[in-house]
Amino acid sequence: MKLIVAVIKPFKLDAVKDALTEVGLHGITVSEVQGFGRQKGHTEVYRGAEYQVDFIPKVRIELVVPDDRVAEATDKIVEAARTDKIGDGKIWVLPVEEAIRIRTGERGDDAL
Amino acid sequence: MHINTGDTAWILASTALVLLMTPGLALFYGGMVRAKNVLGMIMQNFAAIGVVSLVWVWVTYSLAFGPDWGGHGLIGTFHFFGLANIEGNPPGYSLTIPHVLFMAFQMMFAIITPALITGASADRLKFGAFILFITVWSVIVYAPVAHWVFDPNGWLFKRGAEDFAGGTVVHINAGVAGLAVALVVGRRKGWPKKAMPPHNVPMILLGAGLLWFGWFGFNAGSALGANLLASNAFVNTNTAAAAAMLSWLLVEKLRDGKPTTLGAASGAVAGLVAITPACGYVNVVGATLIGLAAGALCALAVRLKYLVKLDDALDVGGVHFIGGVVGALLIGFLGTKAIGGVNGVFHGGGFGLLGEQALAVTVVAAYSFIVSWLLAMAIHKTIGFRISEEQEEEGMDTTLHAETAYEFSPSFGSGR
Repeated sequence: MKLIVAVIKPFKLDAVKDALTEVGLHGITVSEVQGFGRQKGHTEVYRGAEYQVDFIPKVRIELVVPDDRVAEATDKIVEAARTDKIGDGKIWVLPVEEAIRIRTGERGDDAL
Repeated sequence: MHINTGDTAWILASTALVLLMTPGLALFYGGMVRAKNVLGMIMQNFAAIGVVSLVWVWVTYSLAFGPDWGGHGLIGTFHFFGLANIEGNPPGYSLTIPHVLFMAFQMMFAIITPALITGASADRLKFGAFILFITVWSVIVYAPVAHWVFDPNGWLFKRGAEDFAGGTVVHINAGVAGLAVALVVGRRKGWPKKAMPPHNVPMILLGAGLLWFGWFGFNAGSALGANLLASNAFVNTNTAAAAAMLSWLLVEKLRDGKPTTLGAASGAVAGLVAITPACGYVNVVGATLIGLAAGALCALAVRLKYLVKLDDALDVGGVHFIGGVVGALLIGFLGTKAIGGVNGVFHGGGFGLLGEQALAVTVVAAYSFIVSWLLAMAIHKTIGFRISEEQEEEGMDTTLHAETAYEFSPSFGSGR
């Protein structure tokens, strides 16, 4: 099992969610985060005082998938989230030691 | 004394309108501070309502509008202490509304004036010390200044200084008092390098809207009757607010590249401040010019604090002091007896009025600054006026009031 973490542009969330559920990868966790890579922030002005805001709102998606579906999942995310502009985001893949379904107690791939 | 029901109804309404301006101010300022301090700011403004409501009826109404002590025009006596003897007309006035209503109307001005100070010292005052400050300040600064300018036996009034609704008594007074307090308590931690943007801009605009609405009571109500003078003051008030909002936005567009909603709100308030002394003395041309001037000058003035490194957090000096001075002095040029008062320079009246305006502005500003500074210093050096560094880091809401303003997150236990 692998944990896929993807940081994407917020407006791409629906597209990514749909792309994953279309291939039967149900179950994602979404959080609102801020970050930056190469994308520059923006300037805000309050009564003449300028503030440089470096952090940009992003959405982090996490999902745990069986090993044989990792490539498919990441391909789907890339395809749905890409805009070809700076700030599209990144994906990390991490190994997962254990997964448990709380309701039934199932473990491993059965929990996914 | 003849009570006119129309006049009384209008002044009753105006009294309520002016009271609404203090919660409006709480929101206007509250939106400008950081989220961790919003309750601290709102609390100070509500506390002003509580404190001054009592101090006024017990003590300061009498000092401001009571029979003049010794004929010097400096202060009233205690004749109306606890609203004793409050029948007939207030000394020097010939009103068509009940005396007690006049007292109540004036009370709302006495409330909002110290509340304005909170903008300058935002994010860093101890609450108990603040209560003490505004209690004493009401007695030793607000009451005398109100007596000099508003009371027909006051020495500045008798000299012919014109302040229809409180440009000097309220705005210049609070403006310099705010600067004095900010000077005494010092700069916020991190100012000016650390970014401290407003945490809730819609709240600022809501507050500005309530202020604009209430200001009709502040200005038009100061006619003390439901009549032509009140109507002219009403129109002047709206005109100046609108003109100032647009000229502030223009300055922003030219200087910063983008007009902002904070600028729109600030500009409108600056115009309202500037027209406050003038609303019963100028025509709509004058009101437009006053608004345009106030919006532009105050938009530029808010940068001055960075030059002198004075942390007037929410620009009480830049908006209320400068705006008040602009309005008070322009009366000297634009005043027309066709509306009220005497003619200013542009209406053939010569420089006499301008001279009295300049004197009143200077005297009130100097007195308020010096006495406010001394009072703030006395508090600062004895019980301490400023919160500790740890409290400032964590924020006033939790450390002073054990409250959090916003609980948007349903997580973190306890069903919160």
